Amino acid sequence: MKKLLALLLTALMILSLTACGSNDKNEEGSEEYKNIKVGLICLHNEQSTYDLNFINAMKDTCKKLGIPESRMIIVTGIDESNACYEAAKDLVDRGCNIIFADSFGHEDFMIQAAKEFPKVQFCHATGTKAHTEGLANYHNAFASIYEGRYAAGVAAGLKLNEMIESGKITADKAVMGYVGAYTYAEVISGYTSFYLGAKSVCPSVTMKVQFTGSWYDETAEKEAAEKLISAGCVLISQHADSMGAPTACEKAGVPNVSYNGSTVSSCPNTFIVSSRINWAPYYTYAINCVKDNKAIAADWTGGFAEGSVELSAINEKAAAAGTKDKVDAVVADLKAGKIKVFSTSTFTKDGSALTSYMADIDSDAAYTPDTEVIKDGFFHESEFRSAPAFDIQIDGIELLNSKF
Amino acid sequence: MTDEKKHKHVREPLIHLAKRDNLPRSKALLIRTIAIALGILITCVFGFLIIGWSPSRIVHAMLDGTFGTENRRWDLFEKTAILLCISLAVTPAFRMRFWNIGAEGQTLIACLTSAACMIKLGDKLPNPVLLLVMLVLSITAGMIWALIPAIFKAFWNTNETLFTLMMNYVATQITSYFIYIWSVPKGSGHIGIINPTTHSGWLVSIGDYPYLLNILVTIVMTITSYIYLNHCKHGYEISVVGESEKTARYIGINVKAVILRTMCISGAICGLAGFLIVSGADHTVITGSVGGLGFTAIMVSWLAKFNPLAMSFFAFMIAFLGKGAKEITTLSGLDSSFADIVTGFVIFCIIGCEFFINYKIKMRRKEAKHE
Repeated sequence: MKKLLALLLTALMILSLTACGSNDKNEEGSEEYKNIKVGLICLHNEQSTYDLNFINAMKDTCKKLGIPESRMIIVTGIDESNACYEAAKDLVDRGCNIIFADSFGHEDFMIQAAKEFPKVQFCHATGTKAHTEGLANYHNAFASIYEGRYAAGVAAGLKLNEMIESGKITADKAVMGYVGAYTYAEVISGYTSFYLGAKSVCPSVTMKVQFTGSWYDETAEKEAAEKLISAGCVLISQHADSMGAPTACEKAGVPNVSYNGSTVSSCPNTFIVSSRINWAPYYTYAINCVKDNKAIAADWTGGFAEGSVELSAINEKAAAAGTKDKVDAVVADLKAGKIKVFSTSTFTKDGSALTSYMADIDSDAAYTPDTEVIKDGFFHESEFRSAPAFDIQIDGIELLNSKF
Repeated sequence: MTDEKKHKHVREPLIHLAKRDNLPRSKALLIRTIAIALGILITCVFGFLIIGWSPSRIVHAMLDGTFGTENRRWDLFEKTAILLCISLAVTPAFRMRFWNIGAEGQTLIACLTSAACMIKLGDKLPNPVLLLVMLVLSITAGMIWALIPAIFKAFWNTNETLFTLMMNYVATQITSYFIYIWSVPKGSGHIGIINPTTHSGWLVSIGDYPYLLNILVTIVMTITSYIYLNHCKHGYEISVVGESEKTARYIGINVKAVILRTMCISGAICGLAGFLIVSGADHTVITGSVGGLGFTAIMVSWLAKFNPLAMSFFAFMIAFLGKGAKEITTLSGLDSSFADIVTGFVIFCIIGCEFFINYKIKMRRKEAKHE
């Protein structure tokens, strides 16, 4: 008994010894942003490439603007449930005046918090409801990543051309494979733009799409890629967050167009190029709005010009000769508005070109198509709301399954 | 050579264990308190090694993260309440030695039922009626989910552990199917907050405190469970069936009926928990609505030795550790799994200390060295 007490006392003493150890470093940061405190709510932690992309963008932005770490609070592992609302409230309690969230399912809980705290700005990436909620302090953002995928698709098409020219495949065997997460507008818009990019340089290309039903499932993504390869696909791209598809491609020696960032270090022989969204321009924009006391746009879409859409360096080892020049030209044309990705002259549905399409822009439980999105000969993607809305299944793309 | 002489050469080991007969309660409590303190000490050392924080800073961050603001306090007690409610649910079955590890699924299916009522009946029934319907149907859903394995156990003696575990997966799959059917926008896999403007099917908040009702219901359930298990004939029957089915049969207890009845109660309380989660807090359903609490509850129930009052302490402790450690991860930029590690340390110490409660460590006596 006495021994135990002695032990406890010793422990306590050790505790009290170190008690007066450290204090919070009180970095000053830049004078201009001294009233800004930023919060970021993430679904997972840095282990997920998706969340890492947001976390890095936030850190870069704050560093650049001179907002010290003590005024940048990142909370990770927040479920798409009441936990998000609690996290948002807690960030308000900590004195944040602008709060970001990174996952689609956070949206409603951010809106709930936005209604409760009208003086705090709530910015939600990938959401769809800001333009219908009509709250002055709730905003959506996305990037025109379909342009990035289009440009990456051009690189894929050039690779196919090279294979055809070298006699490795015949023109009718130019089949690409695509591993998608869900059969959902964001993914459909992504693979269609990728396909149209490839088709712009390789007219005979077709594509097969396999869905995994998860944003992050390494095994499922790997298996989906393997299935596509065995079904005759000679080039693979993906819209999911793990290394499953790229590694399957490297193993099979099949060229891969990646997403979320370069995978060249793991796939030196097969990685061609990757597109990704850089959230830093949006973060900078929104934080500056708060600093200058200006309204943040309800929907914000950044493209190549803003730096929101980025292409990685092209891997010369795997890409076809001349890819860089061609892709650079395409990006310049996209920036200048000379290329419209979803131009109705480039694709058909059930054999005929579309002249009209009503999309479900205002989310509702009945999925009511409410907005005419084809005008002036192209589908106006990310114009009526920031999140992608292109959900047409066009000719030339075969869905092997669907997952919701 | 005599046996005696041989015996002298057998060396007494340095340490040997002896079973303790009956440790006084106060001493057992002391050992447990030391275990928790030790767990926190390990946490502090671990935290110091990883992020270089002083123990006082770690403890301060944990306290601040849980009690620092009014919102945090409410969140802490709401988390405790839901965990406690599910722990109460698994307990009657455990007392009967029916290893129900299906609380996760039983609660989730009730969450789905509540959400379904909110979606389908939200604009058809007045709120008090809707809430009543939700409550009754959720409890029924939880009950059915528990009753299916119970029937198989009672009549065909199937393995309830595997059965209840598999029922969890069935519940998850059914939930994800309906989430797809009801997802907005189409294909997104998210239902989102249900009835955000009309608040139909949202549990009414008492005063300004939205979680107060959840907490009060759980307190009532805790006391009721305690009385039911310790001072009712049913509770006694459960204990007897748990001790020995043959004895139970011998003294005229209908074992099958007790199994079915007890699992009904387990499932019903899970159903109630599911209702509280959806109606009282989340207002939506996702496959992770229960978020593993169905399994954590098993631990709470065991740590408390199936005593509902002790369970409220352990549920609070686990909620506290989780939330407190999360604060450290937020402030230090550590990986969010730090919270799990910390909880693991403390639980490990608590479970480990049971050894010292059950056994005495005896050192070799010095006299033994003398011839």
